[in-house]
Amino acid sequence: MWEKKPVLFMVLATAAILVGTIITMVLPFVWVNTEADRIEGVVPYTPLQQEGRDIYIREGCNNCHTQTVRPLVSEVLRYGDYSKSGEFVYDRPFLWGSKRTGPDLARVGGKYPDAWHYKHMAAPRSMVPQTNMPDYAWLSKNALDPAMVRRKMAVLDFPYTEAQITEFATKNEMDAIVAYLQKLGNDIPWRNTAKVEIVGNLDNPYTGASHATMEGWENIFDENCAACHGTHMEGDIGPELIGANYQASELFQIIYNGRPETGMPSFSSLGTDKVWKLANFIKDYNRGEGHHEQQAEEHK
Amino acid sequence: MEKPKYHIDIVRSFINWSILWGLVAVLVGVIVSFQMVNPDLNFPPYLTFGRLRPLHTNAGIYGWGVGTIFAMFLYIVQRLCKIPLWSPALARFQLWLFNATIIAAAVTLLLGYTTSKEYHELEWPVDIMVVVLWVVFAVNIIMTIMKRQEEQMYISLWYMLASIIGVAILYVVNAAEVPVSLFKSYSAYAGTNDANVHWWFGHNAVAMALTAPPLAMFYYFLPKSTGVPIYSHRLSIISFWSLIFMYLWTGAHHLLWTPVPDWIQTLAMAFSVMLIAPSWGSVFNGYLSMKGQWHQMRENYLVKFLILGITFYGLQTIQGPMQAIRSFSAFIHYTDWIPGHIHMGTLGWVSLIGFAGIYYLIPRVYGKELFSIPLANLHFWLVLVGQLIYSVTMWVAGVLQAGMWNAMNSDGSLTYTFMETMVEMYPYWWARAVGGIIYLLGVLVFIYNLYMTVRKGSTPAPALVEAEGRA
Repeated sequence: MWEKKPVLFMVLATAAILVGTIITMVLPFVWVNTEADRIEGVVPYTPLQQEGRDIYIREGCNNCHTQTVRPLVSEVLRYGDYSKSGEFVYDRPFLWGSKRTGPDLARVGGKYPDAWHYKHMAAPRSMVPQTNMPDYAWLSKNALDPAMVRRKMAVLDFPYTEAQITEFATKNEMDAIVAYLQKLGNDIPWRNTAKVEIVGNLDNPYTGASHATMEGWENIFDENCAACHGTHMEGDIGPELIGANYQASELFQIIYNGRPETGMPSFSSLGTDKVWKLANFIKDYNRGEGHHEQQAEEHK
Repeated sequence: MEKPKYHIDIVRSFINWSILWGLVAVLVGVIVSFQMVNPDLNFPPYLTFGRLRPLHTNAGIYGWGVGTIFAMFLYIVQRLCKIPLWSPALARFQLWLFNATIIAAAVTLLLGYTTSKEYHELEWPVDIMVVVLWVVFAVNIIMTIMKRQEEQMYISLWYMLASIIGVAILYVVNAAEVPVSLFKSYSAYAGTNDANVHWWFGHNAVAMALTAPPLAMFYYFLPKSTGVPIYSHRLSIISFWSLIFMYLWTGAHHLLWTPVPDWIQTLAMAFSVMLIAPSWGSVFNGYLSMKGQWHQMRENYLVKFLILGITFYGLQTIQGPMQAIRSFSAFIHYTDWIPGHIHMGTLGWVSLIGFAGIYYLIPRVYGKELFSIPLANLHFWLVLVGQLIYSVTMWVAGVLQAGMWNAMNSDGSLTYTFMETMVEMYPYWWARAVGGIIYLLGVLVFIYNLYMTVRKGSTPAPALVEAEGRA
């Protein structure tokens, strides 16, 4: 009989549509983003960060980058601690994305120094040779609008100071997006907890490796270190490494855990083997072939 | 009974415009596929991948998809109700508003005015245009149905009405936002809530805009093209009601392993698997209707489009539920597999049915026989091959990428850096671009064939005109 009564049909169809809607879409509001979800330390965006977030939206960064780390082994190793609901309470809209053409950015904040982001945003291939990310150098030519950001902060009900608005005069869109990226995932102290305590002796498995052997490790250096320390270790964003006076075990610790206070990222995701190779490569490769023969002699 | 005078010029206009927007969608798709392999093809600020990709999806879904739906619904509703449109003036207004909305969408997206929400990127002023457009359309269809001369509502009308109601609810709820200025707003929902509301919208937009309407067309055009009725009315009833009931539970399968509460994810997973039944109900209803008629696959190009279309629907609705299972989602989500899946649905299912519908309507609304059936067959093979190259290469690429993302060394460290995994994608992205070009060629053949039909096609056979006299 409903096949002959359009009004009845529409009522029934609406009811059928609303059951699943109410249970899976309306009901969750009872729990999600309530006090139970809150995480201490998660704070709203500053005017500069919010402006950066809006540029991220405007440029459609979410078409290639996700912002959720799933609780899966490979993912936590690659990106950091898995994402928690309370970390997103100030996100309007959410920017979790659906496709990882580029890496996830949920924990990118604090991973690299600001200088890395400025260079990478302006000319991605100067830092990551084979990436397909477009250049965004032009962002640094665009000024920020203090009046607009006041309205935004009012609509979002985020606190801000006059000083934060005044500084807009000296900032551009590039500064804003870098400020935003550096905030991502950084409100909870996950880096401290993720830091690995290295216990026991650090025995260098590659002591006295020959220059020829180390030549094969050059690509590990090129892919992970060269962007900041230079292709020939001459230094750029990071310090020069030629003649760096470290023990291999010290280098191992620095590379493995990073030095967040200086901007040096952790490379623990490379695994101990590659990190040992890097430690030896950095320590000895530039001293040339003669050095290794000499060292090998000493070992005998 | 005397044949009512149906309004066909509005159908003609909608067909023409939807084809234009479809061409734009495919063209922009090919452009962004080349931007993926060569970043120098980004021309900031307006023509970067980040701004063009939403233009591609919006032109495809709203320009081509919804444009075709408008054309087909406005045609079908008159035939199934045996009366002319309730208001031809309203339909004319709807056409102008539709084109104004699509143009506004294209311009604002290129200017960077976007909400960022996938498939709902349009900012609030354009949102309002979309809502008005949908209401205008809904009123005309519903009023025509209310005043119909045929007591029984045929299956296609059920799917039509469900689509009208469903899209309205989804779009309005997900559009809730607080304006900051004319072209900037913030979502009314935050974080995890926003994600859950959005994918409730996102997945059901696929249900209500890209599943129900093509099914409405399929149930109408298959019997019309083959001359035999749908196999089982009872199966249609069961499929319809279970489909529109179950779909709404499944949005969170886009959010498996995210901070969305586990129980919502589990429900989404369970209902996604259950959805195989109603989806395949329609697939089998289509197949079984072909009993004794399979020879028409050779003889009737329309049947070829329709049956391949419903076959891709069947494949899409087994692959989808598979991806909605937690373990498989952990592996495959966020990889290039996903665009492969989506394009089987859009290029395979939705577009093949759309093409069939347009081929069916052209002689009837222009009063001319199709210019060339061989060209229609060429069109068929080009879009089929183009789409298969696209989807298959992306599935292979996705599995490779997922395998590399998850590969671990014996010491528990990751085998590959992110860049090492990305570099492996380039050959597949090249192949996908080639698939896109072949598909584009198919669309160009289609357009040429229709253009020549209108210009030079012969007047239709009396049989066709006579067939038109029946509902």
